[in-house]
Amino acid sequence: MQNILSVQSLTKKFDDLTAVDGISFDVEAGSIFAFLGPNGAGKSTTIKMLTTVLKPTSGEIRINGFNVLKEQDKARSSFGIVFQDYSLDSELTAYENMVYHSVVYKVPKAERDERIKNALQIVGLWDRRDDFVKKYSGGMKRRLEIARALVHYPKVLFLDEPTVGLDPQTRKSIWNHIMTLNEERGMTIFLTTHYMDEAEAMADKIAIIDHGKIIESGTLEEIMERTETESLEESFLKLTGRDIRDENGNGGSKMRFMKSMGRRHGH
Amino acid sequence: MIEVIYILWLRQLKHYWRSKARLIGSLGQPLLFMVAFGFGFGPMYTRASGGANYMDYLAPGIVSMSILFTAVFSGLEVIWDRQFGFLKETFVAPISRTEIMIGKTLGGATIAMIQGLIVLSLTYVLGFRVPGLGSLALGLVFMFLIALFFTGLGLTIASKMDDMHGFQLIMNFLIMPIFFLSGALFPLENLPPAIYFISRIDPLTYGVDGLRGVLTGMNMFGIYNDLAVIVVLSALICTIGTLLFSKIEA
Ligand SMILES: Nc1ncnc2c1ncn2[C@@H]1O[C@H](COP(=O)(O)OP(=O)(O)OP(=O)(O)O)[C@@H](O)[C@H]1O
Ligand SMILES: [Mg+2]
Repeated sequence: MQNILSVQSLTKKFDDLTAVDGISFDVEAGSIFAFLGPNGAGKSTTIKMLTTVLKPTSGEIRINGFNVLKEQDKARSSFGIVFQDYSLDSELTAYENMVYHSVVYKVPKAERDERIKNALQIVGLWDRRDDFVKKYSGGMKRRLEIARALVHYPKVLFLDEPTVGLDPQTRKSIWNHIMTLNEERGMTIFLTTHYMDEAEAMADKIAIIDHGKIIESGTLEEIMERTETESLEESFLKLTGRDIRDENGNGGSKMRFMKSMGRRHGH
Repeated sequence: MIEVIYILWLRQLKHYWRSKARLIGSLGQPLLFMVAFGFGFGPMYTRASGGANYMDYLAPGIVSMSILFTAVFSGLEVIWDRQFGFLKETFVAPISRTEIMIGKTLGGATIAMIQGLIVLSLTYVLGFRVPGLGSLALGLVFMFLIALFFTGLGLTIASKMDDMHGFQLIMNFLIMPIFFLSGALFPLENLPPAIYFISRIDPLTYGVDGLRGVLTGMNMFGIYNDLAVIVVLSALICTIGTLLFSKIEA
């Protein structure tokens, strides 16, 4: 099978901190790829580079055959993204957020209404389309972001902790939608999560990153075999250790955590 | 291209229209200035100028002021977009940074224009009269150019700021001096050299002078010179803004 996403020696430095340290990996078209790692490991930074939000310090990225650094707009049309932090306009209604997205992604005008309706129905928000996003709960916002990321029919969908803070029902329904999209449209899924059971259930391939480096990758079976463990959670703990990241002096991650907490309050 | 610009523009207008508190609140300041200065300095101005009406002098200045503040603020709003994460949504879309800049500049400029028009109609209540439709049309051109320049300036500054902490700094050390030393409130005559110099490099000086020229006939530099200066400066700031904008990471 052909690779829809291919990353070579990708590095990102923030001043003296190397957040992502020369990682390389490939993702097969149509597969579900789980990108796991402790807090501050470099997952979001990697996703931001893959999606043109951050410029890499060095390295190469190809998505859907396009060089992400040189053919930015073609690459951008090829993926959808749900960021770790909310990125909705809360002063607009859900529907207006969807229309905005359709226009900036150049969805043909004739198909727009139909596609928006479809995407909102998938996540069960069609009836609430005219509500302002500021009135939405956290779970509804997440579902709306997922619906939004589907409107332009991306080949690859990036999901950065899409289910954090959601109840089990919502988590389940979101993953069900995502699995369906993966199966029916052959959409490639690139996800991060801290719920090992989610990764175990969904992923075709898994990569584990720590301190900016990929320390293990392969199928679930391969990883469990190599680490001589019985579950992904055990392998994860064995590979990344048992200390808590925010308290062992892993530069700045505590600050970042507090900052993002503050940001969420602002909503 | 047009549709992308339109949707960015529309979003800003919706924000403006939906936040009535901001809409009304931002009329308070120009109104206060108009009343306080109009009645406070009016008699003095009339005596010093040998009979001229101060409201005629002041009204174009206050209109410019409301445009200045609304425009700069609209530009700086991008910082909120960034803090609330929405800027990322716009920045990962397959659209050029130029389109984003144009959409945002036109959006902010339109809002500032509307605000300016509201203030202009308020000056009517205080006795200010626009001589005719021709002057009004030319006045709108100047108002739009002032709006364009200062929205562009706001966006340019915003592209260099991570959060709103620098807001006071910019207000007190850039926008307030631009306003006070533009000739909006008092004539720029017999000033100490330093102040004189600043007033001449102040972009708003030419905007106010042009607007006052077309609305009242009082003019210092010549209307076409004013027009040329403000057109060139607007083009310049929008170019710089676009360049800086294409470098920022959301
Ligand atoms: N804009 C930034 N400036 C400086 N340092 C940053 C910036 N963004 C991230 N970092 C740092 O880079 C490292 C990796 O952060 P990243 O957000 O990629 O972690 P993560 O794996 O997504 O963690 P989490 O599971 O908590 O989301 C952290 O140490 C973080 O503090
Ligand atoms: Mg993260």
